[in-house]
Amino acid sequence: MATTRSLARLATRRLAMRPAVFARGFASVQTSTAKEPLPDKDAKIKTFHIYRWNPDEPESKPRMQSYTLDLNKTGPMMLDALIRIKNEMDPTLTFRRSCREGICGSCAMNIDGVNTLACLCRIPTETTKESRIYPLPHMYIVKDLVPDMTLFYKQYRSIKPYLQRDTPPPDGREYRQSKEERKKLDGLYECILCACCSTSCPSYWWNQEEYLGPAVLLQSYRWLADSRDERTAERQDALNNSMSVYRCHTILNCSRTCPKGLNPALAIAEIKKSMAFT
Amino acid sequence: MASQRIFQLGLRRMATPGFSKMQPAGRMVQRRLAGNMAAQEKEILVKQRLHRPVSPHISIYRPQITWYASGLNRVTGVILSGSLYLFGIAYLAAPALGWHLETQSMVAAVAAWPAFVKVGLKAFFAFPFFFHSFNGLRHLAWDFGVGFANKTVIRSGWTAVGLTVASALYYTLF
Repeated sequence: MATTRSLARLATRRLAMRPAVFARGFASVQTSTAKEPLPDKDAKIKTFHIYRWNPDEPESKPRMQSYTLDLNKTGPMMLDALIRIKNEMDPTLTFRRSCREGICGSCAMNIDGVNTLACLCRIPTETTKESRIYPLPHMYIVKDLVPDMTLFYKQYRSIKPYLQRDTPPPDGREYRQSKEERKKLDGLYECILCACCSTSCPSYWWNQEEYLGPAVLLQSYRWLADSRDERTAERQDALNNSMSVYRCHTILNCSRTCPKGLNPALAIAEIKKSMAFT
Repeated sequence: MASQRIFQLGLRRMATPGFSKMQPAGRMVQRRLAGNMAAQEKEILVKQRLHRPVSPHISIYRPQITWYASGLNRVTGVILSGSLYLFGIAYLAAPALGWHLETQSMVAAVAAWPAFVKVGLKAFFAFPFFFHSFNGLRHLAWDFGVGFANKTVIRSGWTAVGLTVASALYYTLF
């Protein structure tokens, strides 16, 4: 590790002689904080308070740990800051990340009080304000910013998120939809199941075991609204109890927080409507 | 050509005496290992799950009109219906207990109160009543599937708050 770092430093030094265009290929994160010369005059130092809990010390309570970064040397997004902290300051910091472009849903966490994807969340540039990063709220914590998603995925499985049909396609090849029918799935199929909405919902905080939560209900509606699915009645039947759907009290934190700009609350309202009028 | 050759090889292999007893050794080994690992991992997992903390929630979530209004809606509902029930029960029990809750005696009692108590009591009921009423209209709209866009939700929320303050103040002071 140390050798690769010094190599990288050598490489940067040599690249510094060349025009800036060639240096651009390098990641915005530099790997030399440990022995950084005096901080720049125009350094933008920002403090990040991050929730820490280590399962290897189960007796110790969760705590907040502070890190300071120079924003001039950090990428624009919260995920860049986290990765830089992990690479350069504290390799024990644990979080999930994968695609860094808001399509995998791994880096969902609570940043400055709101659930969002770290990779889509810009670091607020005011350095006077300190950022606080927590894992998704009211979840069991595996380590640091990593919540246990087992129940969430189980709930997703419980709504049978796949096409259910009894009749073969009329033309023997594929299940066709009209443009209007397809349009009903817009705003539903884009969900990446990051669980930002579900864990922003106070109702889901208090009734996680029985209430399905906004994300899973949005998915549920995605299959209820699908013209090709033939088990609509069965799906509605499964939801027809006091807990699965009706713990939704239209608090609307879900739609407010969705990093993909979807509207789970509207989907749930449509489910309620469809169940009330059939 | 190639597919023919593979087919031939396969036939030849099938002809070997031990073919039916042959087992996919690699896969089996892996599965057995996986089984052991799973048992060990499960043990660790069970131990860990006993200790896992619940991440902070209501105390760290940013105050927003969405969930604050929802919480207030519930609190105001409890205040209104709770006081109605309490008064109803008291009114029912009044003759038996010798209390005087008839309109005339209550009017007389309230008239004797100092002004700040009167205004305070009026505010105590006016604010919950108007907030619950205006916010209730939002909830009715949502039940029809209307007004779910984020901007609409925020705007209607603050509108409800504004209307509440204005009308509650009016009814408290005049």
